[in-house]
Amino acid sequence: MQIVTFTRSTPDTAAKVEVNSSGVVTWGDAATVVNPWDEYSLEEAIVQAKNTGGKATVIAIGPEMHNEALKHSIAMGLDEAVRVQADDLDMTDSLGWATLAAAAVQKMGNAELVIFGKESIDVATDQQVYQTARKLGWTMLSYVSKILAIDTANKTIKVEKVLEQGKQIITVKLPVVISVMKGINEPRYPSFIGIRKASKAVIPVWTPGDLGVSLPGKTSELVAYHNLPARAVQTEIITGESVQEKAAKLVDKLLEEKVL
Amino acid sequence: MDFELSNELKMFQKTIRDFCENEIQPHATAADETGVLPWDAIRKMPHLGLLGLQVSEVYGGADMDTLAASIAVEEIGRVCGSTGLSISAHNGLGCGPIVRWGSDEQKTTWLPKLTSGKFLGSLALTEPQAGSDLLNGAQTYAYQDGDEWVINGTKAWITNVSFAPVINVLVRTRKDGSSHDFSIILVEPDRAGVSVHPPEKKMGLKASPTHMISFENVRVPSQHLLGEEGSGFYMTMQTLDSGRISIGALSVGIAQGAFEAMVRYAQERKAFNEPIANKQLIQEKIANAAVELEAARMLVYKAAWVKDQGRDYTKIAAIAKLKASEVAEKVCHDAIQIHGSYGYSRDYPVERMYRDQRLMTIGEGTSEIQRIVIARQVLREFHHS
Repeated sequence: MQIVTFTRSTPDTAAKVEVNSSGVVTWGDAATVVNPWDEYSLEEAIVQAKNTGGKATVIAIGPEMHNEALKHSIAMGLDEAVRVQADDLDMTDSLGWATLAAAAVQKMGNAELVIFGKESIDVATDQQVYQTARKLGWTMLSYVSKILAIDTANKTIKVEKVLEQGKQIITVKLPVVISVMKGINEPRYPSFIGIRKASKAVIPVWTPGDLGVSLPGKTSELVAYHNLPARAVQTEIITGESVQEKAAKLVDKLLEEKVL
Repeated sequence: MDFELSNELKMFQKTIRDFCENEIQPHATAADETGVLPWDAIRKMPHLGLLGLQVSEVYGGADMDTLAASIAVEEIGRVCGSTGLSISAHNGLGCGPIVRWGSDEQKTTWLPKLTSGKFLGSLALTEPQAGSDLLNGAQTYAYQDGDEWVINGTKAWITNVSFAPVINVLVRTRKDGSSHDFSIILVEPDRAGVSVHPPEKKMGLKASPTHMISFENVRVPSQHLLGEEGSGFYMTMQTLDSGRISIGALSVGIAQGAFEAMVRYAQERKAFNEPIANKQLIQEKIANAAVELEAARMLVYKAAWVKDQGRDYTKIAAIAKLKASEVAEKVCHDAIQIHGSYGYSRDYPVERMYRDQRLMTIGEGTSEIQRIVIARQVLREFHHS
């Protein structure tokens, strides 16, 4: 079965992300990493492609910095990688992003399963996942914790989904868009053979023209970014004759502050 | 001149770093305390090519150049000296001689096992009474009896013996008193007459066990001879030249681990109402460590590069190993100094790093031997010019 998954390069989770004096979000010269949630969707795409005797393709939408995530994906074992570049796309415009994503999946022709990570850590949202499913007109299953079976003959998929109240086992007809949870698998490290392949890979770039779509008019406007206000911290050192006395005073304080 | 690592190498380095931080670093303290290598991590290493860094892909290796192999050992050393030493010895001393001088049959028999993640390779040179002076001091002797070699003697301070499917053993096969007296014979540790003694009680690198091993009328088939009879000393010197680059890389790795710990601690620890990193005497240590570490790393990379160019690398390998091992000593020393009493306690990793690095100026040729090698080469160059 042809499986498509999406990824993007995001700032390293250890990097200090802030808004600079010109109002631009920056993380200095810290490295980018594969969106951490995508490690699970990439692994699942590799596993399911292998299980169904198919092919797994990874797509990134956005500027050249996302090639890093695509190369990491190839090094992990994805069969093919494509980048979609639209110069006028605002990466925070999820509807524009989903328009391109859905068109890219359709261009693949025979894709029947799209796998997303739970969310994108850079924009801290998952709405593009649902929008892509809607644009494709496919069933959407979010928060999948396990793929139990894919029946390629009868064109169905059976999954375990996480709900607030517990878990749900559900079988639906393909094609389907799913988003997967951390813990669905143990993402593999890139192999040395994969790294060799990735370092030589030339990643094709598709434009909206190639996909036969134009970006929809923006429905939202980004006004400004602000840094979080610095937290005011007051420090008080508790004094006393003995440890017991200090501890008693500490407990009183904690009760007073309603911490206990 | 280009100091930039290739994209492939940068990606390899990042992957190894992620692997080491996730799979080895969390177990490094326990490995030191229990004396057991992190085998869960080692079993995953074939996927990353770490157990056959310079072994052909045909035999399950990654077929990388010396620079890539050095970077891999450096990254492992950064988080765990014990694992770094065992992996360095496995690749350079265990696999290296079989890759370079093994027959097709020897390669087919041993290399797939060595790259499988179930074993680690080993080389037995040193003897209780002979380390630096193998030529005059090594006594282990092998003679031919029909189509077998019969080996008698004792080897000491051997890394990975207890994990090796086969050991490369340096033996005397003649008694002419020349460098052509020696050969290397492949011996499985489960052959009758082989005794592996209890692990040595060491100062550091405690999870990488070191054993004495005795041979008492040990018989192996004659096709276990590695390369040509009489070329064992030459093969040993070649293997040590190469191994020195790896020990240099391991030294840089351990120093890098200590350096990062030292800088972080200096920024966190407060004294006199400010982080001690603001103090010039602390800054001096940080600056010196940065300078020395950079110099050591460049020498190791250069030695690897010279070897990869196919040029004579004896001198530069000795220079790199000497410098890097002495830098590791200084950087780990200062890392403890900056940590104060905490640095002297086992609660912080710099104490382990200091003990681990101590072998670097001893193993695979002491600093004194490196200086002899370097001076001999320099004097020869001047003599010729």
